[in-house]
Amino acid sequence: MARAQAAGTMGSVVVALTVNDERRRLDLDSRVTLLDALREHLHLTGTKKGCDHGHCGACTVLVNGVRINACLSLAAMHDGDVVTTIEGLGRPDRLHPVQAAFIAHDAFQCGYCTPGQICSAVAVLAEVEAGVPSHATGDLTAPVTLDTSELRERMSANICRCGAYSNIAEAVADVAGRS
Amino acid sequence: MRPFTYERAASAEAAVAAVASRPGARFIAGGTNLLDLMKFQIETPAHLVDIRHLPLRGIEDLPDGGLRIGALATNTEVAAHPRVKREYGVLARAIVAGATGQLRNKATTAGNLLQRNRCPYFYETSLPCNKRQPGSGCSALGGVTRSLAVVGTSPHCIAQNPGDMAVALRVLDATVETVRPDGSQRRIAIGDFHLLPGDRPEIEHPLAPGELVTAVTLPRPPGGTHRYHKVRDRASYAFAIVSVAVVLQEDGTGRVAFGGVAPRPWRVEDAEALLPSGPAAVVAAAFQGATPTAGNAFKIPLAERALALVLSEGRA
Ligand SMILES: Cc1cc2nc3c(=O)[nH]c(=O)nc-3n(C[C@H](O)[C@H](O)[C@H](O)COP(=O)(O)OP(=O)(O)OC[C@H]3O[C@@H](n4cnc5c(N)ncnc54)[C@H](O)[C@@H]3O)c2cc1C
Ligand code: SF4
Ligand code: FES
Ligand code: FES
Repeated sequence: MARAQAAGTMGSVVVALTVNDERRRLDLDSRVTLLDALREHLHLTGTKKGCDHGHCGACTVLVNGVRINACLSLAAMHDGDVVTTIEGLGRPDRLHPVQAAFIAHDAFQCGYCTPGQICSAVAVLAEVEAGVPSHATGDLTAPVTLDTSELRERMSANICRCGAYSNIAEAVADVAGRS
Repeated sequence: MRPFTYERAASAEAAVAAVASRPGARFIAGGTNLLDLMKFQIETPAHLVDIRHLPLRGIEDLPDGGLRIGALATNTEVAAHPRVKREYGVLARAIVAGATGQLRNKATTAGNLLQRNRCPYFYETSLPCNKRQPGSGCSALGGVTRSLAVVGTSPHCIAQNPGDMAVALRVLDATVETVRPDGSQRRIAIGDFHLLPGDRPEIEHPLAPGELVTAVTLPRPPGGTHRYHKVRDRASYAFAIVSVAVVLQEDGTGRVAFGGVAPRPWRVEDAEALLPSGPAAVVAAAFQGATPTAGNAFKIPLAERALALVLSEGRA
């Protein structure tokens, strides 16, 4: 695997990523964020740019299975990493259960925040499973149950300008209840 | 962002040497604070040394019963660690009261301790700020000061330390371990890690250029009831207006530190000795000599109420 390296020119890097199960190799300006690498260089435009400063959650993707804000990370920092975006979670004919639940519960209006919401929700389910506490957790040492306050707290970094929150919460609760 | 070169450090020694030998070089860990500031051109490093892949991520038991948290352990990993949840609950609570799930997955222990302040004028690059441009003046004085510090400030800067985790580390008597460019290691008590502004507000910590934080160690668990209460403008996902970290023992003694009120986590040992006399006595002593502005004087009574709430829960 190619290591990210400072090449001859000022600030250029070679980055090898596995994105949605495909190996990709990019020659980038060192300033390119993971978000811009996905959108502008790999043309995976499902992941959205809202604020570019870690405030809105629209850029949420999974890196090595964990959710992060792609806008506050350099592509170079992800050389060798495995990235999953909304395009990789499911396909129109084979939706991820969280994607299907968002449709069933009408959990979006304009849809701009939706890819980030869905990636975040997928990760929240795994975090609960792994015993990661949240601000809403009562007993830190007991297993976490994803009740309404837990769910709302854990999804609070995904802002929805359309205010589809109650349907988003129902969609995620639906999937959590089934697992 | 200004152009910069990037390298991934192969070892801690190489990382230290790379930053120490190049003017304008900086470590990058999670990047959640540094990149944010680089986008505003408040930080303009010429070279980034990525330390994320160094073997400094583990969380290990210490022979004396304490815990050693690697500098690169993420906020999520620390908060989810079984011993942190069981024995250092105030730390888990403070971490999950900060930032967001996404950010905590990226934010590292060292990066969190070294996050810069959130003064609105520090972010507004068209206005003077002594932290951003030493000697240019402080726009906050006479400006909007609601979020800023009330104690430990100077006429040159009244920014508060915005972190949550550090407030818990302060009541836990944590120690920061570093390695210096000459290869020597040192241990810095958490109480000495964040500097008061004085007349050099741009100097925020005692680290030399290239000095790498390698770990944070905690002494044996203090026992007692652990609480972290954060008062903020939204119920989730906002910086503290006031926060309070408390470890309370059954006999009514304990430790108290406040966040959001000073340039460092604010713990006054003589004040916490007054815990058995109640929150008013503790806050009066802890905020003695405070110099709040008209815009943030409310933080002192708010700190008292936050402490009163925590104490009433702790004894219930
Ligand atoms: C939207 C938003 C909301 C937030 N809300 C909160 C909040 O409510 N509470 C809170 O406490 N925080 C909050 N934060 C801040 C967040 O906690 C920090 O950004 C994060 O902890 C920084 O960690 P990092 O590893 O990403 O640091 P980086 O950005 O990588 O680094 C920060 C600084 O530390 C230096 N550094 C990093 N590692 C080392 C090392 N090992 N040795 C020496 N120097 C080092 C870097 O050079 C840099 O100067 C928020 C951030 C955002 C973007
Ligand atoms: S309070 Fe400090 S950070 Fe804010 S403007 Fe004044 S000098 Fe700058
Ligand atoms: S675009 Fe990344 S959090 Fe808003
Ligand atoms: S559906 Fe429009 S922003 Fe959420």
